[in-house]
Amino acid sequence: METTRLIIVAVGGQGNLLASKVLGEAALIAGVPVRMSEIHGMAQRGGVVESAMVFGDAESSIISDGEADILLGFEPAETLRALNRCSKDTRVITNTAPVPPFTVSVGLGTYPDVEEIKQLIKAKTAGLVAIDAMSLAREAGSPMSVNIVLLGALIQTGALGFDRKDVEEAIKRRVKPAFLDVNLKAFDMGFNAAANA
Amino acid sequence: MHKLLQDRPGEKIMLLGNEAIARGAVEAGVAFATTYPGTPSSEISLNLFQMSQESDLYFEYSTNEKVALEVAAAAANSGLRTFCMMKHVGLNVAADPLMTLAYVGVTGGMVILSADDPAMFSSQNEQDNRYYAKFGNLPMMEPSSVAEAKDMIKDAFDLSESLKQPVLLRTTTRINHSNAFVTFGEIKPRNTKGRFERDPHRCVTVPAVSRGLHVKVLEKMKTAARLSDDSSYNFVQGKGPLGIITNGVSFYYAADAVKDLKLTDRAKILRLGFSNPLPRKMIADFLAGCEKVLVVEEGEPFMEEAVKAIAQEQGITIPIKGKSDDLFSRLFEYDPAMVREKMAAFFSVPYTPKTVVDTSDVPEIPMRPPNLCSGCSHRATFYEVKQAAKGMDVICPNDIGCYTLGFLPPLSTGDFVICMGSSVSSSCGFSKATDQKVVSFIGDSTFFHSGITGLVNAVFNHHNFTLVILENDITAMTGHQPHPGVDMERFGLSGYGRINIEQLVRAIGVGHVSIIKPFKVQKSIDTIKEALAFKGVSVIISQEPCALYAKSLKLKKIRPFMVSDKCVDHRDCITTIACPSFYLDKDNRVAIDANTCVGCAVCAQICPENAIRPLKQ
Ligand code: SF4
Ligand code: SF4
Repeated sequence: METTRLIIVAVGGQGNLLASKVLGEAALIAGVPVRMSEIHGMAQRGGVVESAMVFGDAESSIISDGEADILLGFEPAETLRALNRCSKDTRVITNTAPVPPFTVSVGLGTYPDVEEIKQLIKAKTAGLVAIDAMSLAREAGSPMSVNIVLLGALIQTGALGFDRKDVEEAIKRRVKPAFLDVNLKAFDMGFNAAANA
Repeated sequence: MHKLLQDRPGEKIMLLGNEAIARGAVEAGVAFATTYPGTPSSEISLNLFQMSQESDLYFEYSTNEKVALEVAAAAANSGLRTFCMMKHVGLNVAADPLMTLAYVGVTGGMVILSADDPAMFSSQNEQDNRYYAKFGNLPMMEPSSVAEAKDMIKDAFDLSESLKQPVLLRTTTRINHSNAFVTFGEIKPRNTKGRFERDPHRCVTVPAVSRGLHVKVLEKMKTAARLSDDSSYNFVQGKGPLGIITNGVSFYYAADAVKDLKLTDRAKILRLGFSNPLPRKMIADFLAGCEKVLVVEEGEPFMEEAVKAIAQEQGITIPIKGKSDDLFSRLFEYDPAMVREKMAAFFSVPYTPKTVVDTSDVPEIPMRPPNLCSGCSHRATFYEVKQAAKGMDVICPNDIGCYTLGFLPPLSTGDFVICMGSSVSSSCGFSKATDQKVVSFIGDSTFFHSGITGLVNAVFNHHNFTLVILENDITAMTGHQPHPGVDMERFGLSGYGRINIEQLVRAIGVGHVSIIKPFKVQKSIDTIKEALAFKGVSVIISQEPCALYAKSLKLKKIRPFMVSDKCVDHRDCITTIACPSFYLDKDNRVAIDANTCVGCAVCAQICPENAIRPLKQ
């Protein structure tokens, strides 16, 4: 079986740990072996959270620099920061809605231009899908569903080879019933947005 | 029912490494568990704590790791299966009982888990605790994966019971914080009623007894060495003249590298999972079948040095290498590409690494350092101490917890941090060695952990400093665990005691004790000034619940604040307290994010223009 290496980067509180659990569950449903590793020590205090997921035959659960097949970024500057995990063959999916670091919010640093971020990533990798996942999440009914919007986009690209039915089933298993409808809608919106991106 | 208590053998479920370890302990029939929380081990204890509320499993958050191990040692000597877990540096705190408990041994199975943190994701050092096993004569096991961790802990209990010796289970962050599918096994019935049989010639370690015990422990380790040679956790994978000896997560990096480098017909791997005592015969046989050997282990050359010694004894002269300037480092953690590259170099096989994209033209990306939460009471306290100490030449020893982040600008409060409790004792030293004013900070949980003895020392030796105890009613940093000063009814639990920090400090005989409510800014500053003026030991207790915890418990009604048009844009609020709820709006004026502001009102009190006021709802 082919090995696919996925890195997810996010800012604490964006729900990337749930996103990786959903993908893990989808892998179980699809019968694909998966290992994943996450670093979440200071997540609650606003730091960067990263998960690595290795699907297929490899045994390691972490991903070296340059070796991600897919980079899924929940925040544009963090996606850019994670470019060192990519090679020219990496496919990148990113949210375009910034979550500015504190220094930037208070005028003590500058946030890179999002268009420039997109151009840089596009020029250096095998392809970029960029969507405003935050607006879509709001439209779906909750800004908290930004993670599932991005999963929708990821699945649409086909980079992971997962069937959307399997992922939707995984969402049903992993998301609390009260938030299920919003999240299924969010998934659908992310999927469609990526198709039109 | 707690998901880890479900008696459904054969079910496949995705678990965090730490959940798998907790489940493994339950499957092993563990009856008694103790800890002091510390990342990366914290979720093990959190799950056991939850399960103890639904079953007859006994679990406690002990005051510190030494206490945890001593409590556990008694249970294990009353015949119960006992589990004691901590982060790597916690084992330093528990080292005193550890070294002699190894002499005394146990009657029930006992597993001590050390969660090491290579690369220091959330620790002050990256010490390699495998040496404790060797140093203390403890059998040691090390899993390579989440699933193996769950099964290994069961065998560790059996091993401990057969040797009557505590067993060290050593994990690393990449096991604790990885997720994988594991299959539930059967849950062994728990024996929760222990009985202590008096055995003074084993349990009372006066010199005459201990001399005999040392002989016995070495005998036990001889038996352990035989078991290690036969253990299925030590195995050879593959065949060929090139040898790799490895442990823990490095095993998988090495196995993947062998495949990727197409060495499957030429290289074999010896994976050591029962790693103290090392399987000397197995290693000797392995070496005898190799032309050269690469040792792949994160941390110190623990196996490498032993393997070289075995080779010397056997008269084997093949090249054996691991740590060196051109191979592996003693620093940080390993990764698959690094192992592949070093292996290719050592075995002289061609390898072209993936080219990392060129990032030289990427614009500078602002960092995203962790920050104290919006409305964190520590921010207010640091600010107030700085105001009260204005103009003084101060040293601020700090301690380990969320408040360590106080060292970051603009609070910039925190000058010396080495370990839990060091704020208090180092203040003793600074105040004697210098003429500078010393003001130190310690959290409530850390104060109970190891601050009290330092304070007793300060009063006895008549030191001169001010200690600020940050009493926020919880162990915040590791995910909100209780401590001896916490009202356990908040956890819905009854039957616990509660220690009052003020009474305790007064009882120690501290000359000047005051309480501040840090959200009352001017009053706090005045009180702090008085304490700073006191000659001798003064203690300020700053009382305000952790904002994040209070928010999650909905302890208070949140009334967010806003910046009115009285703001003259000098941005004092940003440059002095920098609450993360501040931002600049589209007109480049200071604003407050009403979604994250918890309404502590500290900014409103420091704004000289009175421009910050409650947002009318
Ligand atoms: S978790 Fe609590 S103590 Fe820690 S930074 Fe947040 S509010 Fe402060
Ligand atoms: S009141 Fe001010 S200092 Fe307190 S949380 Fe809100 S913005 Fe931050």
